[in-house]
Amino acid sequence: MDLWELSLHEARELLHKGEISSRQLTEAFFQRIEAVEPRIHAFITLTKESALAEADQADDRRRREAAAPPLLGIPLAIKDLISTRGVKTTCGSRILDNYVPPYDATAMVKLRAQGAVFLGKTNMDEFAMGSSTETSHFGISRNPWDLQRVPGGSSGGSAACVAARQCSAALGSDTGGSIRQPAAFCGIVGLKPTYGRVSRYGLVAYASSLDQIGPMTREVRDTAILLEAISGHDPRDSTSAPFPVPPYESEMVRGAAGLRVGIPKEYFVAGMDREVEEAVRNSVETLEQLGMQVSEVSLPHTEYAVATYYLLATAEASSNLARYDGVKYGLRGGGDGDLPTMYMQTRSAGFGIEVKRRIMLGTYALSAGYYDAYYLKAQKVRTLIKEDFDQVFQTVDVIATPTAPMAAFKLGEKIGDPLQMYLSDIFTIPVNLAGLPGLVLPCGFTAAGLPVGLQLIGRPFEETVLLRAGYAFEQATEWHEKPAPV
Amino acid sequence: MKITPQEVEHVAKLARLALDDAEREMFTRQLSDILAYVDKLNELDTSRVTPTSHVIPVQNVFRPDEVGESLPVEEALANSPAPEHNHHRVPKIVE
Repeated sequence: MDLWELSLHEARELLHKGEISSRQLTEAFFQRIEAVEPRIHAFITLTKESALAEADQADDRRRREAAAPPLLGIPLAIKDLISTRGVKTTCGSRILDNYVPPYDATAMVKLRAQGAVFLGKTNMDEFAMGSSTETSHFGISRNPWDLQRVPGGSSGGSAACVAARQCSAALGSDTGGSIRQPAAFCGIVGLKPTYGRVSRYGLVAYASSLDQIGPMTREVRDTAILLEAISGHDPRDSTSAPFPVPPYESEMVRGAAGLRVGIPKEYFVAGMDREVEEAVRNSVETLEQLGMQVSEVSLPHTEYAVATYYLLATAEASSNLARYDGVKYGLRGGGDGDLPTMYMQTRSAGFGIEVKRRIMLGTYALSAGYYDAYYLKAQKVRTLIKEDFDQVFQTVDVIATPTAPMAAFKLGEKIGDPLQMYLSDIFTIPVNLAGLPGLVLPCGFTAAGLPVGLQLIGRPFEETVLLRAGYAFEQATEWHEKPAPV
Repeated sequence: MKITPQEVEHVAKLARLALDDAEREMFTRQLSDILAYVDKLNELDTSRVTPTSHVIPVQNVFRPDEVGESLPVEEALANSPAPEHNHHRVPKIVE
């Protein structure tokens, strides 16, 4: 067996027993990266030299310390909009193609404190705006299950490199489904934590009221380990929640019998891929066989979620991305022109077409005369969407749904039609609007061999319940064991 | 809701984006499509609904006003496109 075949928790056991070193594990992943990366292109930046140094430090520390942290010596990949001190953080954009953060995101600080090893920064849709990783300035990534298909997005690089076994696990970020949809498309586990569970400090902002960092892993246990490591209150993020972090890994194994699971009828829509629907319905039967009580529920405002999201997220983005003006960092255009010329030329040359489109839409929604009709209206519908969930969670503990209406689509299939691309996020967006946790895990394959993902949605700060249900499901099924044929 | 090329140009100015003719034509078409789609929100009566800006009710979060560490000037300027005398140089903005 090659060491790159080990999942995070398997590697942790062998490191703990002294059967392998972090150096060996890290070198194995770089061998794997050299073998498959030319086909996948999951990374924007690889940091081999510093990774090997971190691995040696981890091996030293393990010799010195009796109680090693769970992630000591574990090789991880990080989405390229999470700030990494001294390592380029491009957000997949030309405007930041030489930006080197002078500080670490809080999630990185926590992982470094545990002695994790960092292999590199992963490809993504520019500023996390996209559902296919095709809007990256640094080229597309490919799905390890079918190289002619997208890995999903925006955390497509993170999903692809976990599926292609190029790292033990990865971090992604999720504003409207950017962890969960690529996790489903690539046949891995992904979790969007409750809004406020993980600090956003150092996460380059897209839509601040929706963004969360989360784990992308091969197995549910790995997600629990990584979530425990990055969660918690942070004085540097005033929206991070001052609640204690549960021991997710030990809570996860408590079993799921008796949990009440709701199936929202609005998530099985006309036009949905029949094979995806079938895989999800079969999975619901498995949940029932595991002793969970399944019932149909209704989230009546689901059909308004995409419209609501594309007004609110773009409005927040148009404001957040105003900082890219060529003054303090990143690209500067404008030559010898005046200040407005410098702004215009910097932004026009630095942003790609999807980012411009969303800035335009958000600026329009916030502009004089349209604020009430679009932005305020969307904020009100957001309330209705959240109330739908509040209502349903009075009678069930978990909501189970498909992650996307289809399996991974073909490269180029949707990139020319923004609205069709936006509609592929229909089942993940409501979870961000309501601030809830969502766990995605492998639940089947289409006839063409493409993975399908089951989404489990929980009450705020009840990640534990999702992990219990997800772990029980994973124990009873074999979907997660099949490796991508890359 | 249709958006005109003139409106697209106005919004681009507000957003500090310079569009070429092809981009202006494309955005006029695509933003019209997207706005027509989001008009479906008007099917809902929201006259009695309170808007949500944040799912967690965030109040002002205070911290003690204590002097802490901050980024050294050279690190803060390390990414500057035009650093000069511990500042960012920009085009002249006053005559």
